[in-house]
Amino acid sequence: MTDTREAAPVPALVEQFKGGLHAPICLTWEWTYACNLSCVHCLSSSGRRDPAELSTDEIRSVIDELQRLQVFYVNVGGGEPTVRPDFWELLDYAIAHQVGVKFSTNGLRLTRERARRLAATDYVDVQISLDGATREVNDAVRGRGSYDMAVRAMENLAAAGLAGFKVSVVMTRQNVAQLDDFAALADRYGAQLRITRLRPSGRGADVWDDLHPTAHQQRELYAWLLGHGEKVLTGDSFFHLNALGSDPLPGLNLCGAGRVVCLIDPVGDVYACPFAIHDAFKAGNVRTPGGFERVWRDSELFAELRRPASGGACSGCSAYDACQGGCMAAKFFTGLPLDGPDPECVKGHGVTALAATDRSAPPPQGNDHSHRTVPLGMPAVRTHRPDRFCDVSPLAGADLGGARAVPDERGTS
Amino acid sequence: MPAPLDPARPYRLSPGVALRPEPFGALAYHFGNRRLSFLKAPELVHLVVELDQYASVHQALAGVSERHRDAFRRALATLAAADMIIPQ
Repeated sequence: MTDTREAAPVPALVEQFKGGLHAPICLTWEWTYACNLSCVHCLSSSGRRDPAELSTDEIRSVIDELQRLQVFYVNVGGGEPTVRPDFWELLDYAIAHQVGVKFSTNGLRLTRERARRLAATDYVDVQISLDGATREVNDAVRGRGSYDMAVRAMENLAAAGLAGFKVSVVMTRQNVAQLDDFAALADRYGAQLRITRLRPSGRGADVWDDLHPTAHQQRELYAWLLGHGEKVLTGDSFFHLNALGSDPLPGLNLCGAGRVVCLIDPVGDVYACPFAIHDAFKAGNVRTPGGFERVWRDSELFAELRRPASGGACSGCSAYDACQGGCMAAKFFTGLPLDGPDPECVKGHGVTALAATDRSAPPPQGNDHSHRTVPLGMPAVRTHRPDRFCDVSPLAGADLGGARAVPDERGTS
Repeated sequence: MPAPLDPARPYRLSPGVALRPEPFGALAYHFGNRRLSFLKAPELVHLVVELDQYASVHQALAGVSERHRDAFRRALATLAAADMIIPQ
């Protein structure tokens, strides 16, 4: 649920949603793990393309299936989806098959010409990622040059007349103070602001402690959303803040994972939500017989997520009705039990729970596709497979004339 | 902005709208304005689908059980405001 154009459901409907729908309402679909950037908080640990990514034909056939299931639109992301050479062709294919596309991009390929073509295309929505209203704040998270790239893309979209594109911001300790500036920036380009919650997923786990908003900033954010909520999209990501007051934020106020939301990753794996790329939340793969539909309808994991949940450790809390225990992924990746408080619980229960948790051994993250870099930020050049004997002696079997592979600093790929 | 619902006139589901059956009723999606609405009861879905069979919204609502009638009238007004149903 990401758009204000969706009618606000009544509570009874939320109860219905908990049992699941025939097909998702909000389907995120990442088309590649390849990315030109290396954002420190990337929730899919993107960087390098996965050799097993869905082919053009496989993506087309999933689009056919989504059309049949009446999934009316998808949120396409990555990685940076536009680095796929078949991206524009697939975009056209989806639109021609009544599957509308909103795609997230860092702006890489949004030239003036491309912006003009997008503006002439019905049924497509563009979302530019930007995590600072200033170059300094943005580039500290998204990398040098990324602010200018995003601004250039926004200028091109505005000049082409593509009104109402989205500017999507992940809220961090560094940018909560810039909320008004983000709103002004979106206004300047005729765009709509979308803000979402920083999750400790993917590389986000490495920076979450330093970047997630403080308790004071959470109250600021809640107050700001109450004042601006109708104009600003949030992907329903701040429902854990509802416990701060009696006015609920606009939106579903429900963890939609596996109920109304899911993710298809670039290799076709289906996860309960875009913030939970981990085996624990993997429901199946679109390449298996029965395709996406069978995964959505029959997966054991999704059936479990659709069962009524008890509040667990939170059941005695007066705020449980308002916050519903918060975000599953945020709990999981900070090592907290899923039936306990959210790490950012506004009553402070998350802080207490985190203090009692061994943070040195958080759950390992899922597929890591990060760029291989050395600490200096230099790309490592791999000219041949590393010699196994490197484990014994750093020089054994090495071709001393060539560049040596440098192990990924995260050590998992 | 579409005109407010005029119950004296006949209405029908907009040709740009697709209905997706769901356990609670249906999702209505308008391919033109990209709005998504929820039809929150199977009886309401039935009413919306059959709306074009009646000479007016009043008549269509006359066949609805009394306990649903006011709620469905409000639902139709909302759907008209979103251009989901249009005057014939």
